[in-house]
Parts: sequence; C-alpha cells; structure tokens
Amino acid sequence: MSEVNSTQPHSSQLDMMASDRYQRWRLVKDKLVARAVVVGGLSIIAAIVLIFFYLLYVVFPLLLSSHAESVAQYDTPEPALGATLLLAMEEQNEVAVRFTETGKAIFFKVADGTTIATENLPIPEKVTVTSFAHGDFDKAEVIYGLSDGRALIVKHDYKLSYPDGKRVITPSIQYPLGNQPVVVDSNGQALSQVAFKVDDESGTLVAKTADNRMVLAGLTQKKSLFDEEITLERSDVLLETVGSDVDFMLLDKEQRNLYLANRKGDLTIFDVSDKTQPTIKHKLNVMNQGIEISSIEFLNGDISLLIGDTQGELSQWSMVRDQKNHFSVEKLRSFKVSKAPLIAINAEQRRKGMLVADANGAVGIYNSTSERELVKQPVSNNKPAAVALSPRANAFLLQGADSKIHFWHIDNEHPEVSFSSLWQKVWYESYPKPDYIWQSSSASNDFEPKMSLIPLVFGTLKASFYAMLVAIPLSLFGAIYTGYFMTPRVRQYVKPGIEIMGALPTVILGFLAGLWLAPFVEMHLAGIFALLMIVPLGVMVFAFFWQKVPESVRHTIPEGWDAIVLIPVILFSAWFAFAISPTIEAICFNGDLRTWMSSEFGIGYDQRNTLVVGLAMGFAVIPMIFSIAEDAIFSVPKHLTTGSLALGATTWQTMTKVVLLTASPGIFSAIMIGFGRAVGETMIVLMATGNTPVMDLSIFQGLRTLSANIAVEMPESEVNSTHYRVLFLAALVLFMFTFIVNTLAEMIRQNLRQKYSSL
Amino acid sequence: MMKAWFKSGSPWIWLTAGAVSINLILVVGLLALIAVRGLGHFWPADIVEYRYQDQTGQASVIIGEEVASSLLPEAQAKAAGHEVLNNAEYLVQFLVKTGNRDILGGDFRWIQEQYIQQKSEPQDLISIERREWGNFYGRLVSVKESGSVIAEGDQAWAVAQEKLAKTLDLRDEIDDLQDHDVGAINYSLERLRLKQRSLELKKQWNESTRLDFANQKQELEKQYQAIQQKLGELNREIKKATLVVADANQKQINIPLNRIVKLTRPNSMGLFDKSIEYISTFITFITDEPREANTEGGIFPAIFGTVLMVLLMAIVVTPFGVIAAVYLREYAKQGFITRIIRIAVNNLAGVPSIVYGVFGLGFFVYILGGSIDRIFFPEAAPAPVFGTPGLLWASLTLALLTLPVVIVATEEGLSRIPKSIREGSLALGATKAETLWRTVLPMASPAIMTGLILAVARAAGEVAPLMLVGVVKLAPTLPLDGNFPYLHLDRKFMHLGFHIYDVGFQSPNVEAARPLVYATSLLLVMVIVGLNMFAIAIRNNLREKYRALEN
Repeated sequence: MSEVNSTQPHSSQLDMMASDRYQRWRLVKDKLVARAVVVGGLSIIAAIVLIFFYLLYVVFPLLLSSHAESVAQYDTPEPALGATLLLAMEEQNEVAVRFTETGKAIFFKVADGTTIATENLPIPEKVTVTSFAHGDFDKAEVIYGLSDGRALIVKHDYKLSYPDGKRVITPSIQYPLGNQPVVVDSNGQALSQVAFKVDDESGTLVAKTADNRMVLAGLTQKKSLFDEEITLERSDVLLETVGSDVDFMLLDKEQRNLYLANRKGDLTIFDVSDKTQPTIKHKLNVMNQGIEISSIEFLNGDISLLIGDTQGELSQWSMVRDQKNHFSVEKLRSFKVSKAPLIAINAEQRRKGMLVADANGAVGIYNSTSERELVKQPVSNNKPAAVALSPRANAFLLQGADSKIHFWHIDNEHPEVSFSSLWQKVWYESYPKPDYIWQSSSASNDFEPKMSLIPLVFGTLKASFYAMLVAIPLSLFGAIYTGYFMTPRVRQYVKPGIEIMGALPTVILGFLAGLWLAPFVEMHLAGIFALLMIVPLGVMVFAFFWQKVPESVRHTIPEGWDAIVLIPVILFSAWFAFAISPTIEAICFNGDLRTWMSSEFGIGYDQRNTLVVGLAMGFAVIPMIFSIAEDAIFSVPKHLTTGSLALGATTWQTMTKVVLLTASPGIFSAIMIGFGRAVGETMIVLMATGNTPVMDLSIFQGLRTLSANIAVEMPESEVNSTHYRVLFLAALVLFMFTFIVNTLAEMIRQNLRQKYSSL
Repeated sequence: MMKAWFKSGSPWIWLTAGAVSINLILVVGLLALIAVRGLGHFWPADIVEYRYQDQTGQASVIIGEEVASSLLPEAQAKAAGHEVLNNAEYLVQFLVKTGNRDILGGDFRWIQEQYIQQKSEPQDLISIERREWGNFYGRLVSVKESGSVIAEGDQAWAVAQEKLAKTLDLRDEIDDLQDHDVGAINYSLERLRLKQRSLELKKQWNESTRLDFANQKQELEKQYQAIQQKLGELNREIKKATLVVADANQKQINIPLNRIVKLTRPNSMGLFDKSIEYISTFITFITDEPREANTEGGIFPAIFGTVLMVLLMAIVVTPFGVIAAVYLREYAKQGFITRIIRIAVNNLAGVPSIVYGVFGLGFFVYILGGSIDRIFFPEAAPAPVFGTPGLLWASLTLALLTLPVVIVATEEGLSRIPKSIREGSLALGATKAETLWRTVLPMASPAIMTGLILAVARAAGEVAPLMLVGVVKLAPTLPLDGNFPYLHLDRKFMHLGFHIYDVGFQSPNVEAARPLVYATSLLLVMVIVGLNMFAIAIRNNLREKYRALEN
C-alpha cells in the first residue's frame, strides 16, 4: 500500500512534468507560428520592394559617371629610333606599337614600356619617309608615303595563344599589298600627304605630291584562277585641286567619299566611287572667321567628321539627305572641350564616342549620341605628341612632348545613354533633323543605337487612350445599370458573366484581334463607324416607341430586364449598320472608304492599327473597370437613394446627383486601375499592331508600346549591355507608372470604404 | 412630349441598359466565335471539285475544301482590281483549301463564283494528311509494294487502309525506339561526360575511373548499336508500300505510306462516320506531337508543359498566399502596416506581367540560376544548367504574379468566418496557432481552393512573362521523363498560350495553321472559363454556408 502510495504521486508528477513540457511546447509553437506568419505577411512588402530595387539595381549603372585613372607612366621606348608618328594598342591592352618617322615599328609592353620587338619596315634605300597616315583602326593599317612617289601599307597584327593556360600575345607586322611599296604618283614625286583605305578586293590611295598635285590611285586585286598569285590593277587620276592648300585628307571606308580640308575650314567632298572620274559633291566652309581647324577625324562608321579647332571646340559634321534627296553637310553638335587647340582626336572603334586631347595635355572623352562629356582630365603637362585609344575604349596611351608615355584606364560602360538621348530629340548621323527614334540594334559595329523612349511611351499612351475610349463608356454605363437599375435576379448572372471576360487570356484576345478583327475592320471600316452612330440611335428609337406600347404588353416584361430586351435590338441595329455601310460608302466615299481617305487626305491604312488595338484592349479592360465601378455603385448606402427618391427626385436624378457623386471616388479608381492595366498589357498590342515604333497620331497606323518592346527585344539583348539596361529602364518606367496609379487608386478605395462604413 | 421624355431620364437609363447588353453580346459572341471556329476544325469537311474557267479563258479543275466565302460590293471589288461580270451587285469569292503544296506552291486559293462552271462532290475524292507538305486532295489510283502494283481501282481503297494501319504501327514502334531507348542512351552518355568533367575538376580522375567510364561507355555503345540495327530493319520495312494518287489535273504522284498520317474519303462518309472521325481527330489533336513547325499535328507537349508549370506554381504560391492572408486577417493589428500591405498586394496585382518577366529573367535566371550553376554544376560550364530560362524559373515567376489572387481570395474566406468560432476555440483553451490550424484554416479551405483555382486559371493564360523565362516554340523533350531525376526543372517547355502566339504570328504558313490556333484557343478558353466558373461556384456555396452559420 505504501508502495502504491509512494508511486502514485511520483507518476502524477511525471504526468505533470510531461504535461508541463507539453504546455510549454504548445506555447512555443504558438509563438513560432506567430513569428512565421508575421514574416510571411511582411514578405509581401519585401517582394514588391525587391522587384523595385532589382530593376533599379540593373538600371543604376546607366546613371554612373565615367572616370579615368592613371596606371603607369614611363619613358618612350627606343627614343633613338625617331619621333612617334602613331601609337596603337591591341584589344587586351597589353601590347602597343609605336611607328616612327624613320620607318620602324616598335612593339612594347603597355604596362611598363619595355620593348618587345623592333621591326624595320622595308623602305627602299635612298628613299625617305615623307608622309604618314592611318587607315581603318579596325584593320590596324597604316601607310608610309615615300619620297619616290610610292607608298608602303603596313598592318600590325597580334596573335593570341594559350600555352600552359596563360595568355600570350605575339605581335607581328604584315603587308596587305605585299612588302614592296606601291606606286601612287607615276611621276615619282615625293608624297607630302597620303590617305588610303583598302578592303578585300580593292583599295584607294590619295596623295598630295611635293609639286602640289592631288593623285587618286585605285587598286583592284585580281586573283587568277589557276594560282594563288595576286596581281594589282592600278588606275590613277588627278583631282582638280580646290585652291592650292590641302591640310587634311580623309577617305571613308566605303571608298566613296573623299574629304579634303584646309586649316581655314574649307571642306570639299569628292565622290570617288568611280576611281577614274572623281566629282565634287559638296563644298563649304566649316569654321568661323579667325578660327582654324587643328585636327579632323572620322567618327566610327566614317559617316560623320569630327573637327577640332584652335579655340578648343569639337564639332560633329555629317552628310545629310533630306526628303527631296538633296545632300547637305550639317553640323550636328559641338562640344566645348578647352581653350587650347585640339590636336588629337581618337574615335572609339565600336561606339559613337571619341577621345580628344588639347595642346595643354588635357584629355576629354565624349559620346556623340548622348552628347555627354564623360571624362575630362589633365594628363600630361606638355603638348601631346601621340594619343592611342584602345580598341575596346577602356584604356589610352598619351605620349607627351617630353617623351613620357602615360597609360590610363578608362571606366566608361554606358556612354550612349543620357537624359537627352532617352527623352529628347537627338540629331542622329545622316538624319535630316533631330528626331525621336527607337532603333536599338543592328548587326554592324558602326550602327548608332537610337534609344529614345519617347516613341514607345507615345505608343503606350496612344494605345491605352483608345482602349479607354472604348472601355470607359461601355463599362461605366454597364456598371451604372447593373449596380443600380438591374433586378438582383438578373444581376446575379450578368455580373459574373461580364467579369469572366476578364479571365480570358490576353493572348487569345490578341490572336483574335490580329487574325480576325484586323481583317474584319479592314473590310468593314465604314460599317464600324456606322455602328458607333446607329447602335445608340437604335436603342433610343426603340426606347421611345417602347413607352408608347400599351401598358399591358409592357408589363409582361418585368422592370430591370431592359438589358435583356435590348439584346435583339442591338443585334438588329448592328446588322443594319453593316448592311447599310456599302450604300453609304457608295454615296459619300466613292465606293470605298479606305481609298477615299488615302486619295482625299493622304491617310494611309495599316491592317494592324490603333483602332484594332483600341477595340481589343478596350474589351480586355472592360471587366476590370466594370467590376470595381459596379461594386462602388452597388454599395452606395440604400438610405441615401431612398431619401432622394422620397424627396421627389426621379430615378435618373437620384442616379446622377446622389449615387454617382457618392461613388465617384470608386469610379475614378476603377478607371485608374483599368488604365494601369491597359498601359502594361503586352500580348494584345504585340499581336494586334505591327510593332513599328512610329510617332503618328493617326488611328489607322500601328505603334509599339513599352511592354511589347520588352517582349520583342529582351530575349535578344546581351546581358548587362546598354540595350539590356535600357530595356530594364523601360520595365522600371512601367513599374513606376502602374505603382503610382495603383497606389493612388487603392488609397482612394480604402478611404471610400471608410466613408461608406461611417454613413 | 419628346422633351418631357428626355427630362424623365428614361432614355439615358435605356442607354446604360444598352451598354450592359453590348457587353453581354461581346462576351457571348467572343466565346461563340472561338467555339465555332475551334470545333469546326475537327469536322471532316467535304471535298469539292470545281470546273473553273477564269477571265483568261483557261479551263482547269480545282479540288479542295471550301473554307470561307466573301461578299465584296461591286465598287470595292473594282477598287481591288477585280472584274465583275453581268453587272452583279456583289462579287462572290470562295477561299478553297487546295492542299498539294508541293505541286501548287500554296495551300489556299481564292476563286470567284462567276467563273465556276460546275461544282460537284464525287465520292471517290480522297484527303491525305501527310507528315510533310500539308494535305493532299485527289483520287487514289493504285497501291504499290516494293515497286509493283498490288491493288488497283476499287480494291485499292481497302488495301491502302490496311497497309496504312500496318505502317502506322511500325511508325509507333520506330518512334518509341528513337525517343525512348535512344533518348535514354544519349542521356546516360551526357551524364557520364558530366561526371567525368566533375571528377576532373576535383582532381579525382585517374586510371581506374577512366577504365570504369570506358566500360560503361562501351556498354551503352553496344546497346546503341543493337537499337540502330533494329531501327534499320524497321525503316526498310516501313518504306515498302507506296500510294499512287492523281491530283485535280490527273497528274500522278507517288506518296510513300510512311509519309502519311491519315487517309480519308469524307464525301462518302455518313453523319455517323463523320462523328466518329471527328472524335478521333480531336483525340489525336490532344495527344499528338506537333508537326511541320507546329502548324499540324497535336498539342500534347504544350498541354503537358502548361499543366506541369501550373502545378509547380501552385505548390509554391499556396503557402505564401495563405500565410500572408492569415497575417492580414488574424495576426496584424488593422492599421498602418496592414494598409501598406494591402497597397503592396494591389500593386503586385497591378504590375504589368511583362515586368514580372523582366524581373524573373534578371533575378531568378541570371542571379539565382547563375549562382546555382557556379556552386552546384561547375562541370557543366560553360553550358548553363539553371542559369538559363527554364521550367523552375517560369513557375516561380508566375507564383509571384498570382500571389495577390490567392491572398485576396483567402482573406475574403477568412473574413467570412464568424468571430464566435474563433472565440469558442480560444475559450476552450486552444492557443491561437491551434485555433488557426484546427478550426480557421479547415473552414477557410474552400476559399483557399477558390484562390488557388483562380491563380491557376490566371497562370494558364499568361504568356508575356513566360516568353522571357522559359517557354520555347518547340521543346525536344518533355520536362518529365523516365530518366533520373525524372522531373527536369531546368528544361524549357511548351505552353498553350505561347503556342497560340507562335503558330498564329510567327509561323511561315499562318493561313493553314489558323484552324489549329482556333482549336488551341478553344481548349485554353474552356479550361480557363471552366476553372473560373468552378471557383465562383465554390465561393457562392461558401457564402451561403457562412450566412447560415452566422444566424
């Protein structure tokens, strides 16, 4: 017994302890769940913030400023071999070359200036170098003009190899036209200035001789069928000189246009596409009185000229063709670089940017499209002798008059974007005037990306405007009737019936819009417009006669069923509109509305146009606006309406003066949400428009919206490129826009709900 | 009278009623349009033979299905450059699907009624659905096997059908071998390669592993040889029989039976036969793989991809959505924070779907996927595994997109549960978590279900973000197969909505593919509208139930 007694409290204590532990566990669990739920709830805010900040994170590098920093400074290698004519670097910024006036090419390490190799160029004996010029930077070619009227074309080339997994760059010198100089001037006069371009099949050389003649020599490579031997066919012609002095000669890479200029700013453009018959295309002066040209260079692509003057201004000039196909040369823009003369211009090889050095040794980096000054830095204390920008434009070398070489790194990832290039008119190369253009990519390196968001924003707003034009009357009128006049029995089916429209995938609406509605509208354009007039008219006429119908007949249809009664009426008037439209067209528009429009007003017609988008997207936003607006109208407190009716107001007066006024914030927020939806809609616009980013107010033209643009271009854009980031910017713009609209709408709705509950 | 009528406001009420009617007409009309066009696709249409003589006076015979007709008023017809005979008021044109793309260059042709001399529907016209070049319309001449004629004239039809059935069986066998067995071997070889690379990276690649791998490779190689041999035999067998057919202009051509999918004589079919044919075509459509750049054949991979993606999404979105709703209703004090959260939820719902796509591509694919690749799959580099758009990322992106739907529906369900039930549970000593788990959530489960169904419906129809995060026009393999680890989350997949966009707008032969797009749309619409109706039904049912509880 005592044993039992002693065990019982023991066991119950155990129970107690277990239960205690269990109780504690329950509390712990309760706390844990509470924590988890709070974290889960707050994660919704985290999600929206994450989306915003991630978009911002990708866009942010566009806003960063560029900078350059000094890496090394050393003496010019092999100074005994003569003054530098040209410095150039290879792709990896490891090896550079220095061409000297004595006909030597010295390869050296970029990092510390140690010589890697010195090449003697095959300049014949008793002949001296009298001139020098560079060709395409892409092809790394230079030309030496010689005292016997011949010229030597030299290419510096770099081979990459990876022995033992380490990168080794081996420089070499090659001779694209053979290692014998080619004859430029058949009279054998010294060449005091040269310019040239060569490609796979042909080459063009231009030279000014010691006796002031301008020689244009064309070369054509002939490969014989049987052996690998290449023979050059040569033609030459004298250019009628434009006054005696030519200080600058530039030949474009198409070997079509030759630009000759003197210091005073007289620029002559020759058309040299026919090497035997060069003609003068254009002549003008590009400098103001008293200012002289100090340097001149092509912008990447060889379409624009960059002209630096003695006052430190850099200007971009481009040949422009207007609508009537007239050529003119226009000054697109200019940069005030410094007060000293600009003595060296280096164009970037893959973008529309350039590096400029002035006589005081300061360097500026600019981008033409975005008109941005990216970097401005004093680099050397004295006049630069040579400047080399690396092919990737991420480093440069500058040799000062004191024979020191400065090696700098440039951090300049996204120079082509600025506020003005995104949102303002930009004068693009070879366009007749500044314009808003979106044309983001092309296959070639020379392409100037045109990333103005304005045409896209314009397209977005245009599409949503027409969509709202369709959606607002239909959805709001519908909401008014359903929310206030309709009997609950019908409403119970009608409301979800219309709301289910909102669940339809937009891809299906887009597909129908593009493949069914667009051809239909094209065929029945007049009918569509007739519909707008005839259907409301038909409803009114029916309503007028309906009240004349004897009451016994009228009462067979219960009140609040009007919408159902009207269905056949509307179907009939729609049919009537389409049936009568050919007659109307025949009478008023010579039989065909579209031909009439284009002949009378010059209005063109795209099959997939804004009208189609407006109809389809309007259809897509109707359910959303309808649903929210109907909720707002339906939940207007009943005592307000009954009060109004009791005071003798008609139902329509009660509707407009009481119900609509009370529900107006809700209706407003419904429209806002609908608008937000229309702005972001992608598939419908993608499929129902031609996706051409044009800025045209006409309802019969296509458009491209921000969202469709993202869908079209995002899969093809290179990660972290400027284009990729600009597309993210477009997404961010969409996000911000809908964020503001939705937040406003939601706040209005929350206030409205509080107001209702207090009424 | 008129003035008084306007003053009463009655015409305006009628106008608003008219807006409702127009909305209803639009909904019903749209659904009807899709239904008619989509369902019509499977009906075996009669083949018509026209004797035709156009304005040049050249006579010809045209065989094909009449697809559409158009009435052009005289003036418009003349503006379009047509001649209208006999001062007719309208120009009547028929769009005829003439098939025979390999002979005629196109599938369709417009003909004008005024030039038709005679129109008939002979019983012996056949329609052949081919694996390439679209349909063939014409007459059956004979059946050949190994170069010699085995049936001609009246017997040809029966023999052709019998041979075709055999060929199709062989075809199935070949496809099975190719997809299943050869696919598995290729997959194993690829895994071996990756394993080897991984061992090399870990510096554990030595002579013994090399031998081991070589043996395994040899074994697979041997299996592969055996399958190849069998495939060779089957391929010889399948190429034996050929149909000789004649087109509208009596030109005879040979069509090997293994290039044929279906052989029918629609003009000789009765209503019953046609109905059977209709059902079988529909089943093929749902269960078959697409052919000819997706413009022919079935849509099975697209259905499969959509369903799998939506399921994965549902698994992710449900817990998050429910927890957030529980927080809003049960835990949070109604005030500033809940207001902010509600605004955030609304914003999540209102952000354009393409923005989710952009976010998914940048964040999920490049940042998360790229990191996963660097940490777990260094052997696959430089080919990405998860660092490229795929099924997992698509599901996650859509889960984020549909989160608000689940939250809103669940919250509504929670708000309808009477307070007394919670208080009762708490009064009996249950903790808040227990109350939640044992009473509140079970009662709210139909509401959660509603939210989930709506989310699924939304996700099934969303295309824009998927274009960026993993959908492709043609996926070579399904994301679920018999190779370990069975579910391949990194694979790209096909999707019904994208299929519609791709076939309708990107395919080279839009006109021919249009019926198929309508059929696909119909399927998608049916699924989505069905899901929505189901959700609405559950919700209504729930409301009734709680109303009863409250009283």
